[in-house]
Amino acid sequence: MTNDTAPEPAASAQATSGGVDAFDVTLRIRRYNPESGDAAYWEEFTVRALRTDRVLDALHTIKWEVDGSLTFRRSCAHGICGSDAMRINGRNRLACKVLLKDLDPSRPITIEPIKGLPVVKDLVVDMEPFFASYREIMPFLITGPNVPTAERRQSPAERARYDDTTKCILCAACTSSCPVFWTDGQYFGPAAIVNAHRFIFDSRDEGAAQRLEILNDREGVWRCRTIFNCTEACPRGIEVTKAIQEVKRAMITRAV
Amino acid sequence: MQTHQYDVVIVGAGGAGMRAALEASTRARTAVLSKLYPTRSHTGAAQGGMCAALGNVEEDSWEWHTFDTVKGGDYLVDQDAAEIMAKEAIEAVLDLEHMGLPFNRTPDGKIDQRRFGGHTRNHGEAAVRRACYAADRTGHMILQTLYQQCVKNEVAFFNEVYALDLLLTHDLLAGDVPDDEEVRVTGVVAHDLTTGERHLFRAKAVILATGGAGKIYKTTSNAHTLTGDGMALAFRKGIPLEDMEFFQFHPTGLAGLGILLSEAARGEGGILRNSTGERFMERYAPTIKDLAPRDMVARAMANEVREGRGCGPNKDYVLLDLTHLEPAHIDAKLPDITEFARTYLGVEPYTEPVPVYPTAHYAMGGVPTTVRGEVLRSNTAVVGGLYAAGEVACVSVHGANRLGTNSLLDINVFGKRAGVAAAEYSAAVDLLEPAGPDGGEGAPDAAVGELLDRLLAGSGGERVATLRRELQESMDAGAQVFRTAESLTRTLETIRELKARYADVTVHDKSRTFNTDLMEAVELGFLLDLAEVVVVGALAREESRGGHFREDFPQRDDANFLKHTMAYLRRAPDGGTRIELGSKPVTITRYTPMERKY
Repeated sequence: MTNDTAPEPAASAQATSGGVDAFDVTLRIRRYNPESGDAAYWEEFTVRALRTDRVLDALHTIKWEVDGSLTFRRSCAHGICGSDAMRINGRNRLACKVLLKDLDPSRPITIEPIKGLPVVKDLVVDMEPFFASYREIMPFLITGPNVPTAERRQSPAERARYDDTTKCILCAACTSSCPVFWTDGQYFGPAAIVNAHRFIFDSRDEGAAQRLEILNDREGVWRCRTIFNCTEACPRGIEVTKAIQEVKRAMITRAV
Repeated sequence: MQTHQYDVVIVGAGGAGMRAALEASTRARTAVLSKLYPTRSHTGAAQGGMCAALGNVEEDSWEWHTFDTVKGGDYLVDQDAAEIMAKEAIEAVLDLEHMGLPFNRTPDGKIDQRRFGGHTRNHGEAAVRRACYAADRTGHMILQTLYQQCVKNEVAFFNEVYALDLLLTHDLLAGDVPDDEEVRVTGVVAHDLTTGERHLFRAKAVILATGGAGKIYKTTSNAHTLTGDGMALAFRKGIPLEDMEFFQFHPTGLAGLGILLSEAARGEGGILRNSTGERFMERYAPTIKDLAPRDMVARAMANEVREGRGCGPNKDYVLLDLTHLEPAHIDAKLPDITEFARTYLGVEPYTEPVPVYPTAHYAMGGVPTTVRGEVLRSNTAVVGGLYAAGEVACVSVHGANRLGTNSLLDINVFGKRAGVAAAEYSAAVDLLEPAGPDGGEGAPDAAVGELLDRLLAGSGGERVATLRRELQESMDAGAQVFRTAESLTRTLETIRELKARYADVTVHDKSRTFNTDLMEAVELGFLLDLAEVVVVGALAREESRGGHFREDFPQRDDANFLKHTMAYLRRAPDGGTRIELGSKPVTITRYTPMERKY
């Protein structure tokens, strides 16, 4: 349909103009400063927000206008870089993808660091154990020594086979939502398995056997209890649990 | 202070930095410093594609690509560099495919290609399918693929480490070092965010790959961390910045937010409409309409709004209409950007048009380099061992306006070239003793120590966020799509006031561990310096060309301004510093400048 009539302007865009729709919101934030000698504690802040504001905007308002020591990671601010995964009202989310208006503003919004990784300061955790697991599954294309002059051919169907797991931004929302990971830090965790899946099911890759061997480890895919927390947590909409199940099945049948 | 020694130190781990690292690390001992985890870099936000004349879906040639790049850049492009980029594009795409990048495919399994703004068949006849892509997350896939290869090659990363000073053998601020004297880089002083410790990275070669500086503007598609660090570090050392007045405003930012919606939306058939529903680009660019270069589309949008044909309650945006496209097509080709519209504006692109307005997107200018990535300290002399690639650099392949997809191409082609050149250079020279910050005696980290101590001790009461907001608002008001001497002068005055107030900035967080409050204060200093360079250059360029549009000088003026701007920081007689402008000739090989029509 191509038409020349004026489409209705989106009503929601009106919220970006003026402060008509502004409202107050209270954030209850888990604080920790390793230099103070004090244990972690909760602190509440109330700030003014617009309907288009995200949790990240509220955190910025606090940091920039109230307490400069509030510490969190962020970069792109639109759900692509994976810096600002945190626990928001008990669920792992990206702070830049959650609109304040979509949370219940009548109660304080609780904000904590993601679980299972050592807290460095406030909402910042040590990401090294997470990336160490990622590196272990050999997250790179493994092929024979003969590189063709042109591109390797791959049919659209072969390309579609692993599309979902290429979306991963390594934010750790899935891994740090997994109860198995919380109790057993040795478990590879969902994100590492997702990234293994991305190569195991790539028709160009020849390293599936090696990766499956790594994931057959006692800390590998068999620790997954199919709880689906990871799928719910993924800000990219990746069907994480399904990907893990596909890796398990490949391990049993040794066929991808 | 910890001291490290490397052959090559790369600052920045986006596409350019990691592409350089893949070359340098196999040839020389290499370290990569990044203020973020590499996968957080803003290359990952690039959406639409990477052009290369593969000719997989229709006839194409690298020569047409070169021409489009030169014309799109309004003839300020150095044509030798554009030719190199268009030729090497083909290998660059194949390199990425061989590394495992999951490109979308044609039915016969080749890399698929689609249309993009300003890319045409046979010198402007019609839009051509040249952009290789992976859905609308091409940048994400490039960043991931390069990181995967870096993991494979065991590249040494120093994550969340900020480069805060560049060490040279000479003090260039006096402007008295002759071109034939050898000036070299000796290393980088860095700050480890996690521990607050200072590190000295001694190096034979340094590659700047720190990306752009979009945060000088309020409405921007850029990440919070894009504060022009590498540009500012070089500039403060007396290395010139080239063509900084040319900033790209991407037409389709989500209205009010600035979040990028790829040009691929129009490449796949999306249409821009004003409040009357008119497809207004037919008036501005009759041949390629919505796929005209970004500067023209952004100006057309701003003009529609200015003339009262904007949409919404304040008539301050236009609409990107995808409603005539099949939902399945949208899901296959544009899944991420339609998700942005749903998440951030609550708009369903299947059935509703999306409110959009131009957003500050890309610095065409930057640290001047040769086609090997060597950093220039004058029109011809280089700083030995210092390289730059990607948005931080100005080769110049983008001229006055970058074509869509050419940034992902730039980082791959010139990232690779810089990596190779830096490694080769490091194999031929000895490691020098690091000099002090001004090239003379003194502790190499003295200047950084002084800066951080001053910011931490500050009690003047000025807030970083307040100054930054005033800067960004002033840049949006005076140095955006439309500029005049008056608007620019007002913005320049504001910047200079803000620079004075910056001396009284107070950092609230006094701790050593992960002090992002302190780093934001440092970054604000970079932004203030760079904004001043942008505005000074824009004031001096009394013509309109590409992304720089002066309402008081609406015509391109090749007689007086077919030349690059070179902005130098130099010591002023009063003991302070000032910006001195020079120029550099444009390299013209094949294409005589002509009027740009689409």
